Amino acid sequence: MLYREAGDFKTTYSEDSQTFPIRFDRLGFYVTLLVAFGLVPLFINDYWANAVFVPFLIYAIAAIGLNILVGYAGQVSLGTGGFMAVGAYAVYKLMTSFPDVPVLIHVLLAGGITALVGVLFGLPSLRIKGFYLAVATLAAQFFLVWLFNKVPWFYNYSASGQITVPQSKMLGFYVTGAQTSASAKYLFCLVILTLLAVIARNLTRGTVGRKWMAIRDMDIAAEIIGVNPLNAKLTAFAVSSFFIGVAGALFFAVYLGAAEVTEAFGIQKSFLILFMVIIGGLGSIFGSFAGAAFLVLLPVFLKNVLVGQLGWPTDLAAHLELMIVGALIVGFLIAEPHGMAQLWRLAKEKLRLWPFPH
Amino acid sequence: MPEQLLYAMEVTLNGLMAGVMYSLVALGFVLIFKASGVFNYAQGVLALFAALTLVGLKNGQIPFAHVINAIFGTDLHTFGWKLPALLAILLAAGVMVLLAVIIEKLVLKHLVSQAPIILFMATIGLAYFLEGLGDVMWGADIKKLDVGLPQGISETIETLTDRWFGYGFFIDNLDIVATLVAVVLVASLTIFSQYSKQGRALRAVADDHQAALSVGISLRFIWVLVWSIAGFVALVAGIMWGTKSGVQFSLSLIALKALPVLMLGGFTSIPGAIVGGLIIGVGEKLFEFSIGPMVGGATENWFAYVLALLFLVFRPQGLFGEKIIERV
Amino acid sequence: MKTKFVSLVVAGMCAAAPAMADLVIPNLSYRTGAYAPGGIPYADGFNDYFALLNARDGGIGGEKISVPECETAYNTEKGVECYEATKGLGSLVYNPLSTGITYQLIPKALADKIPLYTPGYGRTSAANGKVFEWVFNYPANYWDGASVAIKYLLDQNGGDLAGKKIALIYHNSAYGKEPIRTLQDLAAKHGFTLSELPVDAPGQEQKSQWLQIRRDKPDYVLMWGWGVMNQVAVQEAANIKFPMENFIGVWWSGSENDVVPAGAGADGYKSLAMHGTGMDYPVYADLKQYVYDAGNASGNGDQIGSVLYSRGVYAAMVIAEAARKAQELAGTSAINAVQMRDGLEALEITEERMAELGLPNFGQPFAASCVDHGGPGAAMLQQWDATAQKWNLITGFIAPDQEVLDPLIIADSEAFAAEAGITQRCN
Repeated sequence: MLYREAGDFKTTYSEDSQTFPIRFDRLGFYVTLLVAFGLVPLFINDYWANAVFVPFLIYAIAAIGLNILVGYAGQVSLGTGGFMAVGAYAVYKLMTSFPDVPVLIHVLLAGGITALVGVLFGLPSLRIKGFYLAVATLAAQFFLVWLFNKVPWFYNYSASGQITVPQSKMLGFYVTGAQTSASAKYLFCLVILTLLAVIARNLTRGTVGRKWMAIRDMDIAAEIIGVNPLNAKLTAFAVSSFFIGVAGALFFAVYLGAAEVTEAFGIQKSFLILFMVIIGGLGSIFGSFAGAAFLVLLPVFLKNVLVGQLGWPTDLAAHLELMIVGALIVGFLIAEPHGMAQLWRLAKEKLRLWPFPH
Repeated sequence: MPEQLLYAMEVTLNGLMAGVMYSLVALGFVLIFKASGVFNYAQGVLALFAALTLVGLKNGQIPFAHVINAIFGTDLHTFGWKLPALLAILLAAGVMVLLAVIIEKLVLKHLVSQAPIILFMATIGLAYFLEGLGDVMWGADIKKLDVGLPQGISETIETLTDRWFGYGFFIDNLDIVATLVAVVLVASLTIFSQYSKQGRALRAVADDHQAALSVGISLRFIWVLVWSIAGFVALVAGIMWGTKSGVQFSLSLIALKALPVLMLGGFTSIPGAIVGGLIIGVGEKLFEFSIGPMVGGATENWFAYVLALLFLVFRPQGLFGEKIIERV
Repeated sequence: MKTKFVSLVVAGMCAAAPAMADLVIPNLSYRTGAYAPGGIPYADGFNDYFALLNARDGGIGGEKISVPECETAYNTEKGVECYEATKGLGSLVYNPLSTGITYQLIPKALADKIPLYTPGYGRTSAANGKVFEWVFNYPANYWDGASVAIKYLLDQNGGDLAGKKIALIYHNSAYGKEPIRTLQDLAAKHGFTLSELPVDAPGQEQKSQWLQIRRDKPDYVLMWGWGVMNQVAVQEAANIKFPMENFIGVWWSGSENDVVPAGAGADGYKSLAMHGTGMDYPVYADLKQYVYDAGNASGNGDQIGSVLYSRGVYAAMVIAEAARKAQELAGTSAINAVQMRDGLEALEITEERMAELGLPNFGQPFAASCVDHGGPGAAMLQQWDATAQKWNLITGFIAPDQEVLDPLIIADSEAFAAEAGITQRCN
């Protein structure tokens, strides 16, 4: 009834190939944007920003990045944490070396540097496939973390190897450092996320994306029909690493403010983001958002219900939280192996028929 | 003999021993991957869970005591008995079999014929769950595990090598025991899979699920069987590593030490797990010994992966893995 | 149904608010994850001491103390979430028991004007109150610890360490790297050679490091470890038959957890201690009467009297005394975080006061000031007796070598001041 495509006629090619061909979807998208940019910043406080929104936005960027690699190009990677660390250390070095350049440029440059590193570690993907590749990317994870922990140049020779972000301003507002307001943090991440999501969406449905998907579905077949696997795989690694690098840069500079590589960018981070991608739905931009939201919100939610509402001891609650998250992941995979994106698609099918199903 | 060479020999020997310890963890991965195509990330947590259960049973801890106390305000801790080590090990093995049955019933059964990455993710979910469960059941504090295994330097080897080379080598007794256990384990697994009926069925399933099903082999039984064996291997690994460091959460992280071993040896080969373990063990120790001091040390974690990566570039299916044949 | 769910969700997302007007002292603890065995006793001690004050004295200065606990799992992100979730409750002071989380909170605390108290961990140069207005780390910090260990060794060797070999085995993280610079300077001053052996977290596999120690035969081994690394290191040291009395851990490597798994092999192992341990203090009679017997012991109640439990009690005691001081200065019992900071800065702990509190000679007396947020930095040595399963104190408080430490602290804190644009105070 509400959600329908009847009467939604397209008269030009560009209309026909737009991202949201159904008017209702389009409306929903604009309303979401309006709420995200117009409404949320007015009400956001430190708790909501730091516990929910900012991590969600940053993880969404990382999840989109990883989804490009795993979901679209079919190359499983467990090196995400290491690549995020590259972004973080790159932005730290850039910010401390060139304090006058706006931080947005640093963040994007950090993404570029990560892309280069990603291509380098993507090279083995030409030989190695499947789980072997997944485990091989762990080499990147461990090596990069070790490198940043070991070479003092990366952390400006500080006594403990911690990096702390300098304060910086954009358009007169603090965006990094402790003075940053909740809404500034939120908006800064949101702008970058929106930008990158639009780019990702358009990349994945263009020539590049189709090449990636051809490689994913069967690389030999793709090669035969003229897709250059070297090109396709390495562009996937580059684009994916760019996103992940930007996420890492924001994670350090905007969200945490100080970081230690072994702890903030360890192997758990790689798994967490892979989770987001799979729970959300492989090969779906919406899925990346859904997965990130699910895995950021769920622990906070469970913790607050178990400890805050039910008053359980924190350790019991934490253990139960682990069990519930684990059980939900398994349950999810059993119920819908294609992730939340597929659930959303099914829901839309249902909505289309509502209230008169067959 | 020059000193450096002696040291290198000692490091190599110890690397071999450490490699065996990695192989013990890797074996569990291989068994499950071979029989069901599942890359079981939960293997490390299984080892933790097995060791926790063993210590809990041995010391007569009441499972879930903390939860019961929190809910009912009671003050329960132990049953007040201590079991002999062997009995506790048998009981713990029983628990692992039970766990295998439950995992098959609740998880695997519903995920038949899903993509490998989905199954992989499911085992990570399982790992989270078991991690929480283990802590809720037995508590998150560190526990001493003592099943009577010897530990410390082996005097015999020290005096022997001292007599031969003029320098006493260090070999840990626990490592020697681990090596013996690994040999027995691999031998019995080989005998089991070669000569027993279930073993043959297992190999048939590993070869071809469909064909095995069509000749009347119950896939579900095989899965329970192989997860039970993997659970038992996890228990053995848990005992070895737990004796060394006490039983606590970090035990589950030994899975990360087993992954390069798997990669190098191939996911589907039991001898591969052993040989891979040995190569990784020796490689990382020798690298840390020779190059480590020059670059600041702590290289072992990444070097294992890089070494495996180098091997893979030349043999993408690992040393002993089945050749990957691709058809369009 | 739907609205019920929505309201549950909304309620779930908002942190619960306790009754206002209490003195809120959050306990950012970790009872899960790889470092849980260390986090549990500390959190229990911290909670139990405040529970005692509430039950026996009705709080501090007539104000009840509320100690909301928040699980961080030693993870910086969860630490941030905990900080933000509890900040709104009117928290007076934070004690996160994690060097990583501390680094994260230092700039935030400055912006939010909430003090941090990090006894024996965190950022060492925070001892310089001129730069770190909101951070306190008395009575001792890592660099003090390194210096005390060396001083003790000097003492053992008749004041001369020239030509000796000392190895440092450390957790390869911010925490473990802290003492390196101090030890290097001390090595230059006293003429011993220092070798550094990093161990990657978690640290279950240390064979290479200990083979190296066995080969190089250092005279002494110092350890900066945490978590499973401690147990494995003690075990490996016993395995290679390193003389345990020449093996000294920092205070975070000196709890029962670290030596019990190694059994008899751990006998003789030494560690630094910045406070007493065990249950021979009068305060335990009160704790038993008001807390344990009343069934209000935190956690399982099986950690009482252990080293890390004592450390939790110590931290709680210092915070409680600072709150008392703050109430006195502010002239009101309902203090806020800014007043709490003043209390921390004016805090003086004397022998008499500790005796009054039922903790005679538990810690070292100290007096903080605008400049001095680090305390005297002295520490004792304790030694493990495996047959009695007990830590015994073997020295009194040993003062660190301020001559070496002061320039290091000033250099590091000034670097921070320059980076963060802080103007120094107390001039």
